[in-house]
Amino acid sequence: MVGTAVAALEARKLVKRYGQREALKGVDFAAHPGELLAVIGPNGAGKTTLLSILAGTLPPDGGEVHLPNGDVGWVPQQAALYRRLTVEENLLLFARLEKREEPRAAVEEMLDLTGLRERRGDVVARLSGGNQQRINIAIGLLARPVALLLDEPSVGLDPRQRARLWEFVSALAGGGTTVIFSTHDIQEAERYGQRLLVLADGESLFDGSPGELRTAVRGETPEAASSDFETAFVAFLQHRGH
Amino acid sequence: MRWLLLKDLQILRRSPLQAALLIAYPVLIALLIGFAISRDPGKPQVAFLNEIPPGARIAAGGAKLPAVGVDERICKRVECVHVASRAEAGEKVRSGEVLAALILPADLIDRLNSLSTLSPETPEVKVIVNEEDPLKARIVDDRIAALLGQANLFIARQIAAEAGRYLRLIVKGGSFEVLGEPVEILGLRTSASILQALRPALPPELRSSLDRVIRFTTLSRDNLDVATPLIDRLAQPVAIDKQSVSAPTPPLGVFAIAVAATLTLTFVTLLLVAGSLALEREENTFPRLTGGLVSRSTLLAEKVGLGIAVGLVVTLLMLAGVQLFVGLDWSRFGLWLVAILAGGAGLAAAGAALGAAARDVRAVSLLAFMISLPVALLSLVPSGAVGATLYDGIRVLTALFPFKPALEAISAALDPAGPGIGGPLLHLAILVAAYAAIGRLALRRFASV
Repeated sequence: MVGTAVAALEARKLVKRYGQREALKGVDFAAHPGELLAVIGPNGAGKTTLLSILAGTLPPDGGEVHLPNGDVGWVPQQAALYRRLTVEENLLLFARLEKREEPRAAVEEMLDLTGLRERRGDVVARLSGGNQQRINIAIGLLARPVALLLDEPSVGLDPRQRARLWEFVSALAGGGTTVIFSTHDIQEAERYGQRLLVLADGESLFDGSPGELRTAVRGETPEAASSDFETAFVAFLQHRGH
Repeated sequence: MRWLLLKDLQILRRSPLQAALLIAYPVLIALLIGFAISRDPGKPQVAFLNEIPPGARIAAGGAKLPAVGVDERICKRVECVHVASRAEAGEKVRSGEVLAALILPADLIDRLNSLSTLSPETPEVKVIVNEEDPLKARIVDDRIAALLGQANLFIARQIAAEAGRYLRLIVKGGSFEVLGEPVEILGLRTSASILQALRPALPPELRSSLDRVIRFTTLSRDNLDVATPLIDRLAQPVAIDKQSVSAPTPPLGVFAIAVAATLTLTFVTLLLVAGSLALEREENTFPRLTGGLVSRSTLLAEKVGLGIAVGLVVTLLMLAGVQLFVGLDWSRFGLWLVAILAGGAGLAAAGAALGAAARDVRAVSLLAFMISLPVALLSLVPSGAVGATLYDGIRVLTALFPFKPALEAISAALDPAGPGIGGPLLHLAILVAAYAAIGRLALRRFASV
């Protein structure tokens, strides 16, 4: 589905300032249905700011977000859940707030999707970090969004939990949902991101596939390009003064 | 908003300690206030030794006054522990079994009687105290001073009444007994009448002398008539004519209940709203909620509504507990509701502003206590207790926080004879608007930091 003409989400010249500091400097990109887009970059690059603007929780100082076919689902970095409520109560609350016509049916759907039907009565605080993140994502999906925004979804998860999380996210993308995620883990971005958006100091430095990034590095620092993807990425940034 | 409210109530139910505190707090306050205002202040235990011989009486004007029942009167005021000797009295004081010992010496009545002779002696009672700490010393001094003040007043009244009776006898005439024999007193009034009647029968040269005697008896009669009420006044030289420049204040019991109810409402509402709002940030749900699900104003209104609802239930629970000890005027229940709802709204709005400003549950709990406790105490400072400038400062400070108007509203609702409820309600309405605006502004930076 990647490359479909109609974009699920378009960001046009997004600008965000915090006082004198420009956190985003006119970022442009488009994401298509079923696409997995990884937003990567060093600390302070503007990844979370970009996702917050796309989610509508932070107003931009310039530019606009265009969503031609529906809304986005927002999954913040830290699980945004009521830890004293059960899995089911959390899902039901947000299904009601999303004004789903049949909130209980939506809860059942999400319990199936997350594979947490057996844990529906458990208080969220008792779930593992991975399971909390799955509920966190499921809540983001309750609005049936055309695009799902994940802010560093795998932080704090062990390798097994990560693998299960990405299996879950890939299945969502396979179902036609556009997934835009930010991450610090470059290997993870290479493995799961069909496209990479590289940000540094609020600027968009690259927009393309992992293979295209490696190709770009090969022309600048060939020895780094033949190394692992993280080394190639660091060389890419250094070559551009970051 | 109802789903958010349901969610907060579910969270409250999931916090057994918090829920238990919400129930236990008003019950405890109700018990404390109920016991405090339904029981007597408690009589101090005093060792009592009466050494006065049986039959000894205070004499006035040559006659003995009726027995005054000293033991009975004193033991009405204090819990008497009767002792047999001064040594036993001293031991009981030393051991702390009694607050003090009061000894009426054997010569007390003789000394009292000597006051009307040419060689008066000072009547004294013996008091043994153990002033082991300043507070206790103050209590003992106050109790003994009050006791002796009452005794002195009683004796003065008896003497004044007896003296007045004798004066009336001299003026109007009558009879009294001396050694069991009735003695007839002619009286000044009758004497003057007799002398007037005799005057025409006297030779003219004696009439001028008789006229002088007649004038003397007439003047004496008139002036001694005036003296009688003066002697009566000796028993109570200064009367009290109490006037108040303020609106009628509620009875102490009602005021204590109003204070307890307002404190309950303050802590429950303020802490719940502030904590609940701060929890939205701690749980990281604030951006998710306000990212399109609900507006910030709706979230703020939901928290205020939660505080009002829970504050109302808990405060009514406390009042129901107080009802077990003290009768409350339930016919004013409608006004109670209005006062509690308005007070709760003011406090909830303040809690929302506090929660939005502090943003952390622990910090907000600490801040709520640090602000509400001193403000509540300052709200109870009466005028005149501190300097005028300081009191003006306190008035301004307490007017900025909803505790005082909430207390005034609840006092007015509980007390049928108290001042009106309109002023405090208007004050609370202004504070609700102001704190809601502050809370709404503070929420702008709630998610950003």
